Amino acid sequence: MLYDFLKDYATILIFLFISIGIGVGFIFLNLLFSPNNPDSEKLSAYECGFEAFGDARMKFDVRFYLVAILFIIFDLEVAFLFPWAVSLGNIGLLGFWSMMFFLLILTVGFVYEWKKGALDWE
Amino acid sequence: MNNIEFIYPELFLIISLLILLILGVYKSNSYNFIKKITTICFLLCIPIVYLNNIGDFNIFNNSYSVDSLSNYLKILILLSTVFSLMFTNDYIKIQKLDKFEYPILILSAVIGMFLMVSSNDLIGLYLGIELQSLSLYVLASIDRGSEKSTEAGVKYFVLGALSSGLFLYGCSLLYGFSGSTNYYEISEVFKQDTSIPILFGIIFIIIGLAFKISAVPFHMWSPDVYQGSPTSVTSFFALAPKIAGLGAIIRILYICFGEIYEEWKSIIIFISVASMLLGAFAAIGQTNLKRLMAYSSISHIGYVLAALTVGNRDGVISAISYLNIYIIMMISSFACILFFKRKNVYFENIYDLSGLSKNHPLISFCFATTLFSLAGIPPLAGFFAKFYVFKSVVEANMIYLAIIGLIASVISAFYYLRIVKIMYFDPENEKFDEGSNIGIRFSILFSSIIIIFYFLNPSSILYYVEMATKFLN
Repeated sequence: MLYDFLKDYATILIFLFISIGIGVGFIFLNLLFSPNNPDSEKLSAYECGFEAFGDARMKFDVRFYLVAILFIIFDLEVAFLFPWAVSLGNIGLLGFWSMMFFLLILTVGFVYEWKKGALDWE
Repeated sequence: MNNIEFIYPELFLIISLLILLILGVYKSNSYNFIKKITTICFLLCIPIVYLNNIGDFNIFNNSYSVDSLSNYLKILILLSTVFSLMFTNDYIKIQKLDKFEYPILILSAVIGMFLMVSSNDLIGLYLGIELQSLSLYVLASIDRGSEKSTEAGVKYFVLGALSSGLFLYGCSLLYGFSGSTNYYEISEVFKQDTSIPILFGIIFIIIGLAFKISAVPFHMWSPDVYQGSPTSVTSFFALAPKIAGLGAIIRILYICFGEIYEEWKSIIIFISVASMLLGAFAAIGQTNLKRLMAYSSISHIGYVLAALTVGNRDGVISAISYLNIYIIMMISSFACILFFKRKNVYFENIYDLSGLSKNHPLISFCFATTLFSLAGIPPLAGFFAKFYVFKSVVEANMIYLAIIGLIASVISAFYYLRIVKIMYFDPENEKFDEGSNIGIRFSILFSSIIIIFYFLNPSSILYYVEMATKFLN
């Protein structure tokens, strides 16, 4: 039983080894054969031809995350609505009202976040 | 396949949650109002669950069971939640946690727990666990200004997410082998096949659930979370989620894994012994009452799991009876802990209770009774709880488990009795505030009466639990 189970996955295992081998192999080939004469210009950060100023790592406003999270909810909603709309003929009234109830829950959440000011930028 | 009429309690809670959320956000300073309505909703839901208890049904293609056991546990969840809302009223106002989201989060956690105790399908169970846990993560860090509360929330979230991942991995293994997520269909598969990969799935599922009820060796989050969260939230953690977690464990072990009792028995025995012993030893050094209660609840979970190792209906009956009495004792102890405040500052250290009996004889009597009961000293309710468990364990010829349980119980008596000693024999301290609210007083009175007078009719809880578990045979 266990042997059969593992046999089904043998191709995946082989694929895994081959891809690791190719990846590691190219890194080593690069180390061996690539020309390597660094100077200060080559090592400095590239910033559109200017002298580099400031750090690339800076604080982001937490509101970006908020907008992203709110976006995800409505994005997933569409992913949910699509199969529902396609199969609406087969799932009957119960299916229709289940989705309406889901949309109601989502709307209540939307009203909540609106009133709480999560959508105000300032 | 329209079975909507069987899930009226859940629908009622969901609809009241939606209405309350809108009401709360439109009305300013709506904490008091929302909290009252939420409590009323919980109280109204009890008769709805009770009237719904007209037999054992499996609805939605066997993926959801509405039976006597789930209804019993649902009523227990509702009652303990009402108590934990009632006696935390003062604390929430003084600590300025009175945001209207607080009762609503508790409401959504309770809906998740309803799903957990009823679901007969791995997907339904996972959804229930997530709905419950996500609400609890937010509750743990609801005191946003406090570093400890935030830390507790993040810790709980990270470890909870890890355990959910392990649980899902187990589910996927099980699904891969049985081709179904339904408990009945999985148990049909177990009749023919108990190969090693399936056992891996079972182990991962048990790990995921053991995390949720904080059984050793998956208990690490619980002392920190108990201590860091606001006490009102801690009291809720100690009550309702344990009922829901154990309800889910009972259903999955006895219905889904019922055919392979021999395979999971040793796992549950290990978890149970480890929980009992660690709960007993680790609490000895604790001086913070909330942390102590965390270890205490770990060891109590160990006793409940010990009863479940029996593998028949007797075990379930004694486990649920134990859980019942544990809930009553926890209501009493947290109501007492929330009483200890001076000039609106709460005290959590056991040495703050020194000489309590001189200033507050009644409270210290009730707290001492509760501690004696937690230690399992006759004739209090805690003794009978342990008695049921040990009786069913011994009847199943697992005397060693009973002996380990007794030893752990004797060791844990030390730290309960130390608090009694501090309260009664140490020099007197400043007085605590007198005017605590009616909720605390009622909770302490109610639970103390049950703890003290339980011996008059020790078969009462057993009778109801027997009724509730009839279908398991």
